[in-house]
Amino acid sequence: MAEKSHGTGAHTGADGGHGGGFPPFESSTFASQLVSLVIAFVALYVIVSRIALPRVESVIDARQNAIEGDLAAAQKLKDESDAALKAYETELASARSRAQAIGNETREKLNAAAEAERKTLEDQLATKLAAAEKQIAATREAAMSNVRGIAADAAGAIVQRLTGELPDKKTVSKAVDASLKG
Amino acid sequence: MKIDPIHQFNIEPLFTIGHIGNQTIAFTNSSLYMFLSVAVISLLMIGGMAKRQLVPGRLQSIAEISYEFVASTIRSTAGAEGMKFFPLIFSLFMFICISNLIGIIPYTFTVSSHIIVTAALAFLVFFTVLIYGIYKNGFKFFKIFVPSGVPIYILPLVMFIEILSFFLRPVSHSVRLFANMLAGHIALKVFAGFVAMLGVSLGAVGWIGGVLPLALTVALTALELLVAFLQAYVFAILTCIYLNDAIHPGH
Repeated sequence: MAEKSHGTGAHTGADGGHGGGFPPFESSTFASQLVSLVIAFVALYVIVSRIALPRVESVIDARQNAIEGDLAAAQKLKDESDAALKAYETELASARSRAQAIGNETREKLNAAAEAERKTLEDQLATKLAAAEKQIAATREAAMSNVRGIAADAAGAIVQRLTGELPDKKTVSKAVDASLKG
Repeated sequence: MKIDPIHQFNIEPLFTIGHIGNQTIAFTNSSLYMFLSVAVISLLMIGGMAKRQLVPGRLQSIAEISYEFVASTIRSTAGAEGMKFFPLIFSLFMFICISNLIGIIPYTFTVSSHIIVTAALAFLVFFTVLIYGIYKNGFKFFKIFVPSGVPIYILPLVMFIEILSFFLRPVSHSVRLFANMLAGHIALKVFAGFVAMLGVSLGAVGWIGGVLPLALTVALTALELLVAFLQAYVFAILTCIYLNDAIHPGH
């Protein structure tokens, strides 16, 4: 396409003849244009390479640095908060385990105390029970000896009523003993 | 009323600067628009960046986007080493782009519609490639004419084509830009001229009929805006590709 347009341009230039002509092919203007172009382009190159591009670069770099700095600061803060959270969690866990240990210890202590109390109470009760049993036994013994005396008296009285004579006390008590044993 | 679509390309000397030999060196309308482009670029790149804002404003954004755009173009086509030529490519891109955009404004002059200007820029690139390539790589630079992996019996033909295409580069490089700008502006002028011609020759009917070429002129102007930018981009990216040959001649 470019070649074709070029051809058209050349044709028009030829058609234009010597007078007037096709301006882009007017060689008398070339020197002026070249001189202007050289001055303008060199000026542009110097401005661009010495002032414009370094300035844009510094601004873009500054922005990049600012973004990186901000990101780093954010990361640092995040790390700090993470560390704080971790410390809090370990603290909480240790406090919890300590509380559990204290609870266990207290429970054991209380259990031991209760056990000891129960033991002394049981011992007391046992001694009391033993004393009471002893007393009951003594009482029964006394009661039984009384019964023997009463029985002997009653036997003597019965025998006197039946025979009319008072039996020998010794014989009666022997008989009562034998009967009590039998 | 005579419509002359070529008239817009006329070089009109404004005043004479001096003489080289028997050539008169004049400050022309073309010179004016060259310096205007340089001034606009400087204003954009220096004025726009004057505040050095962390969060850029509009003008600073344009300046930074141009910078990033050209820089990424170079990095992707010529690699990190190509950044040595960043100021050159940036100057070329901005000069062509801004002068083309100024040229779309009616009654202005388009600097790159003259073959001598685009040829000068193309030869600047050509000689930069040639001199830097030989300076950096010595004899190895000529490897660009000998593609690797080509069978020996067609190598001479391939080398001939490679050498020819290398020396035709400045021609295609300059004519592409020149022809696009020239053809676009002629087309614009012709269609805009139809509006006036219809109106003058046919009266009221002509003015109504002129709506069609007017709409076309508007559409063409939009297209020319695209072409103005695109040709600057094409010129810059071709410069990068040619410079890549000078930096890495081994293909």
